[in-house]
Amino acid sequence: MLALVALVAPLAAGMAAAVVPWRRWVGWVCTATLGVVLACGIDLAVQVVHHSAVTAFGGVLRVDALSAFMVIVIGAVGLLATWQSVRYLDAEISDGRCGRRQASLYGVLVQGFIAAMLLAVVAGNVGVMWVAVEATTIITTFLVGHRRTRGSLEASWKYIAICSVGIALAFLGTVLVYLAALHVGHHLPANLDWTSLMAVSHHLDPGVMRLAMALLVLGYGTKVGLAPMHSWLPDAHSQAPAPVSALMSGVLLTVAFYALLRFKAVADGALGIGFTRDLLVVIGLLSLAVAASLMLSQHDYKRMLAYSSMEHMGLIALGAAAGTRLAIAAVLLHILGHGLVKGVLFLTSGEVLRTEGTSEIAQVKSLLVRRPALGGLFAVGLVALLGLPPFSLFVSELNMVRAETTVGLGWAAALSLLCMAVIFAAMMSHGRHLLLGAARGERVHRTPAMVTAPLVSALAACAVIGVLAWPLASLLRAAAQVVAI
Amino acid sequence: MNGSTYASLLELTSGLVLVCAVVTMWRRSLPAVVKALSLQGVALGAAALILGVHQHDVVLIAVACLVLAAKGLLIPTLLGRIVAGDPSSREATPVVNVPASLVISAALTFLAYGAAEPVVRLIPTTAGRLVPLGFATLLIGFFSMVVRRKAVSQIVGLLLVDNGIALVAFLATAGVPLLIELGASLDVLLAVGVLRVLASRIGSKFGAFDLDQLRELHD
Repeated sequence: MLALVALVAPLAAGMAAAVVPWRRWVGWVCTATLGVVLACGIDLAVQVVHHSAVTAFGGVLRVDALSAFMVIVIGAVGLLATWQSVRYLDAEISDGRCGRRQASLYGVLVQGFIAAMLLAVVAGNVGVMWVAVEATTIITTFLVGHRRTRGSLEASWKYIAICSVGIALAFLGTVLVYLAALHVGHHLPANLDWTSLMAVSHHLDPGVMRLAMALLVLGYGTKVGLAPMHSWLPDAHSQAPAPVSALMSGVLLTVAFYALLRFKAVADGALGIGFTRDLLVVIGLLSLAVAASLMLSQHDYKRMLAYSSMEHMGLIALGAAAGTRLAIAAVLLHILGHGLVKGVLFLTSGEVLRTEGTSEIAQVKSLLVRRPALGGLFAVGLVALLGLPPFSLFVSELNMVRAETTVGLGWAAALSLLCMAVIFAAMMSHGRHLLLGAARGERVHRTPAMVTAPLVSALAACAVIGVLAWPLASLLRAAAQVVAI
Repeated sequence: MNGSTYASLLELTSGLVLVCAVVTMWRRSLPAVVKALSLQGVALGAAALILGVHQHDVVLIAVACLVLAAKGLLIPTLLGRIVAGDPSSREATPVVNVPASLVISAALTFLAYGAAEPVVRLIPTTAGRLVPLGFATLLIGFFSMVVRRKAVSQIVGLLLVDNGIALVAFLATAGVPLLIELGASLDVLLAVGVLRVLASRIGSKFGAFDLDQLRELHD
């Protein structure tokens, strides 16, 4: 029931945004909706953390601890992004870059985007999950191209062309899983419910499942932004409006990864843990290597953040490859921490882009002096993103590496640490250029508290979770149990 | 219909799906490519129809009619409009020339037979034997998206991928459950619609359709 509320709320807000001409209060209604989603997520988590899953519509919607956790992540990052969307649209309208109709369209699409992601994580049926993930692709294409510049049109073309192919491969993978389920030999009606697939997972044909899993990893991996089909990611993330980049990087990538986690659990039953582990290790390390090599020569700070997303997706792929309870709990904590921190960084960088007028690293200097609030947020966000304590990314990265070494993936962990060191150095040097340096006689710009307050609270939440693991520890344990080996 | 007619009709229509994919690699004139795609949609719908009639599956017959309407008629019409709006409706300088493309298509078909082997082993029926044709169509579509430079050609590549997958789904599982089948078809339809809108926006911004002009973003 609550899952339904969480789903319907953004849809209703989206419809309201479609009928009512755009005003600032419509934006605040959209923001409040995400508050409702977050509250529903927390309430669902309380319900399912000690009990079994709740279902609705005969299993079409199904919420277990893992789904509830993802609803919380979507709610939290969505709240940040929709809050800043109000300011983004205000600025676009007052600069004359965007009319009220386009602002309404933006509101509708963002709410539709969030509803589609929510459907993907509360769907009990992997086919419905696929439809929802594909729907996110179609909706976000217009959001990426919202500014209608040459760059953003190019980015949206690449985005939909590459992601449609990827998601088509994931569909073929889903069809093959269905085929394997049809031939289990039990006289149960075969369907694509995740629970029924898990129930028969040990009897699924291994040959077909191998092919299916390879297609699923490649297909959903495209949406996660994993190499080799990652080339849409830096373009889309750098061209989209900042709140959309925050949503895409913070949650869309990990919603696609959630789909992989579900299928991994099925494939582990059919094939043993080795096959999917090898796939994820290869694809994760490849992504890390690509991200590290492109980070060094980066000249655009939004693209830098995009490649950092690729790095973090590579890290969670490695964590999922380890697959133990500790590893999965760390992966999930990383999903939340990365979502919050990357959301903050993209939103801050959007504000920097608006005030400085350029996304070139070389042309922005001494932010800490000239715009202390923005510069400070960027600096703290960067520290959190690079995995330094006290933020939760430190804890999750540490635990992923620990888990990898216990299952004999120590070599992969070592390689990932090497890539992380390269990325650390590169981002530090880019960050130093952006933030430090003396400003000669320029006046200090203030940033309104309405902008900074949510970003500061997100970073604070990330730090609290990192230090205390409160209030998430039992939810993480329960969610990890759902898909861990 | 009796067993042998069913088998030969199914072979004919499934084979036609692959042949149409090869034709899109062979022809450089975009209207011809769109025609081949339209024929492929019809062949795909016919294959689903034959399967539905053979298995007395009313739902599958209904889905087949939808596929015929969407992939045989609606999508090609949409594409035809984009082609009509483009003055130079030829794939001028493909990255890989036509003879090489055909050779590669043949190689991809062999590869498809290798990749689909576990599926063929699992379902030893007439339909199961034809599954590799779907995989081959998919691979050719993938290849076409990589080497073709026109916006329309890329959409065609995407549709080849999708038709190949639909053929596999029909042959191997007699169609996934209806809800998902409908969701999937609707999504493809929307994706093509979105691509069409983007193509016209890019056309008005860049003045031409060549994807070679998309050079703004790089590292």
